[in-house]
Amino acid sequence: MSSSSSKRGSKDIPCSDDLGSAAAQTQAAVPSAKGEAPAVEQHGQTKRKTKAERRAEQKSAKEAKKVSKPPAKEPATDKKQKMTLEGSNAPKRVPSNIQVDDKKHQAKVAKKLAKQQAPPRTEVQRQVKMFSHLHQFKREESLTAHLSFASGGIHPAFLRLGLQYAEGKICGSNARCIGLLAAFKQVVRDYETPPDKALARDLDNRIKPYITFLAQCRPLSVSMGNAIKQLKVKIAQIPPDMPEEKAKDRLLTAIDRYLYEKITLADEAISKTYAQTKISNGDVILTFACSSIVVKVLKDAHHAGKKFRVIVVDSRPKLEGRECMRRLVQHGIPCSYVLLNALSYVMKEVSKVFLGAHALLANGYVMSRVGTSLVALVASSYNVPVLFCCETYKCCDRVQTDSFVFNELGDPEDLASAQSNGACSKLEGWRDIQQLNVLNLVYDLTPPDFITMVITEVGMIPCSSVPVVLRVIHSV
Amino acid sequence: PHTISPEVMQRTEAVPFFESLLQGDPEMSTAIAAIQTLMEFMNRNSAETVAELTSDLKGAMTELQTSDQSVASVASGCELFLRFITLTALDKPDFNECKQLLVERGQLYLQKAAQARQKIGKLGVPFIRDGATILIHSRSRVVLTLLKEAACCNKHCTVFVTESLPDRSGYIMQKSLQEAGIPAYVILDSAVGYIMERIDLVMFGAEGVVESGGIINKIGTYQMAVVAKAANKPVYAVAESFKFLRQYPLNQFEAPNKHKVGKTNKQSSV
Repeated sequence: MSSSSSKRGSKDIPCSDDLGSAAAQTQAAVPSAKGEAPAVEQHGQTKRKTKAERRAEQKSAKEAKKVSKPPAKEPATDKKQKMTLEGSNAPKRVPSNIQVDDKKHQAKVAKKLAKQQAPPRTEVQRQVKMFSHLHQFKREESLTAHLSFASGGIHPAFLRLGLQYAEGKICGSNARCIGLLAAFKQVVRDYETPPDKALARDLDNRIKPYITFLAQCRPLSVSMGNAIKQLKVKIAQIPPDMPEEKAKDRLLTAIDRYLYEKITLADEAISKTYAQTKISNGDVILTFACSSIVVKVLKDAHHAGKKFRVIVVDSRPKLEGRECMRRLVQHGIPCSYVLLNALSYVMKEVSKVFLGAHALLANGYVMSRVGTSLVALVASSYNVPVLFCCETYKCCDRVQTDSFVFNELGDPEDLASAQSNGACSKLEGWRDIQQLNVLNLVYDLTPPDFITMVITEVGMIPCSSVPVVLRVIHSV
Repeated sequence: PHTISPEVMQRTEAVPFFESLLQGDPEMSTAIAAIQTLMEFMNRNSAETVAELTSDLKGAMTELQTSDQSVASVASGCELFLRFITLTALDKPDFNECKQLLVERGQLYLQKAAQARQKIGKLGVPFIRDGATILIHSRSRVVLTLLKEAACCNKHCTVFVTESLPDRSGYIMQKSLQEAGIPAYVILDSAVGYIMERIDLVMFGAEGVVESGGIINKIGTYQMAVVAKAANKPVYAVAESFKFLRQYPLNQFEAPNKHKVGKTNKQSSV
């Protein structure tokens, strides 16, 4: 009783204590402090007061339960319980590149960027509200105009690579990963350990600003992220007493091996061992945009003597299908070319759909160029089997069910620019119209319901088996 | 030390042995009979190295698949058997010890596989509610075991069986069910759509389970499954684990012919 009255705020009428105790005396049968509150309420207190009384009564009930424990220990255990509760309920850290609308967070990121000499990029105004949590950069005249070439800056191989990414000269997740690893090899070759530092730690620190710079030029792809993780593991495994030349050799061999095993050999396995069995004579194969692995699969099937024809579906603004057409026609494969809006017209004569992937997510969804999920949707509604070809190094343990939370936004000017045939684009004056916003998404997610099979170098798996592949990879 | 049987079993003796096993016990699953044949073959084999033994076994497996009684489960059962027995450290210097190990593992696999049907019966009973109306397709011994088990647990079900032309095995299934005291009615294959509204659940066995999770079964199963899906009725497939095949067909046409066409029915690819 005494503890409960101490919890009551100053709002209480001073005589309420007397009232309470008087009520308790009259209601001898009610032992706990709970009995006080209803008796006090009956006297018609204000709503706020009854709430305070209820809170006090709950607290006193809790303390009444802990009567057995010595009172000195109580505050300590309470505090500890509170802290552990907070620890387990602490929210997981959300990556900073999907928190663009959080001003505090972005200020922290800007500081970090300045420290690592990465050039800041101008955000495009007029973003679509639903995607305001993602970066939307304007295409810069020169990204590196204000970059100083002082010692300790970004390595020129990475400068070149970053600019190539920003301009779109290197496009496609395999190509970007190969470019990245080639740049890393150059960095390792040019690296010299400072006299009193360990190679492993110093190289790791050297690489951080390079990666930040690349991320500023264009957000890292999943393939690049996995390659960087592997590289960091390899760097950390170098013993501190190993001579520099040997350590550099070991790193270069590791990078070469990664490229060979995860990309070159994997592509061979996907194409020759598995995908060939799924292509038969007389097939009409549909593909979307340009995927290096799908082009390889079709080329190998053609050289193995299978007779089929290909329909390439293309979409703006990147128009990558033209590159795919060019490569296929060079090998002598009969091709047709349609834009995305003709998809339902051609789908009825298609027998199979081969698509490439940017990443395989842990819940069976596949992330790929925007428009892929549309192709998969229409194909599955016509009962055409949809096959994704993807190397296992693109598997990531992220879980995503929609294309909003994590994506990349391109420059909206790409959509509004003039058409390739010189005609003026209808969207040229879009900035003048207040209510109009232009969205240029780069990736989208295909749900597993539309996917018949995923062909990886470990076999042909249903896309729900991706967690198994992840487990196998991590256990090795 | 294993007992050396009198004479070595030749490859050509595999099929007659297999068929005699099936004739002796009509309730035995064809895959189990095939595995028993392989066990006998291994016991009476005169190979001196593990590699030779494995290659002899593979030869016997190919022979078995040419038999008239062979179905998809023979192929999958034999392959899984071979994989199971060789999935152990076979680095003992003495070949007889290795062979002993293989034989022991073979016995273990056979034991587990033979009990598979009973296990399925026990596991599947909770899915059948008392008073349920069940639709089944053609003749399946696994489904029969499951339904008998349910009847033993005092679940009173009514069963509709499709006639399943051309061999009309639905009538045989009806007879077995009635002998077990379960009321069973035969319906025409074309009456599946008509009866679906009165059904609580659909159940069939499987010849083979493919890598995408789908099943290969008697013709008419796919139709039944599509109608059941349209009517929102649950569909259960019951199959032993040795029926899992290493195939991933994209559609009906891609499923291998040997699993689709009966042996006596020599037709071109369908």
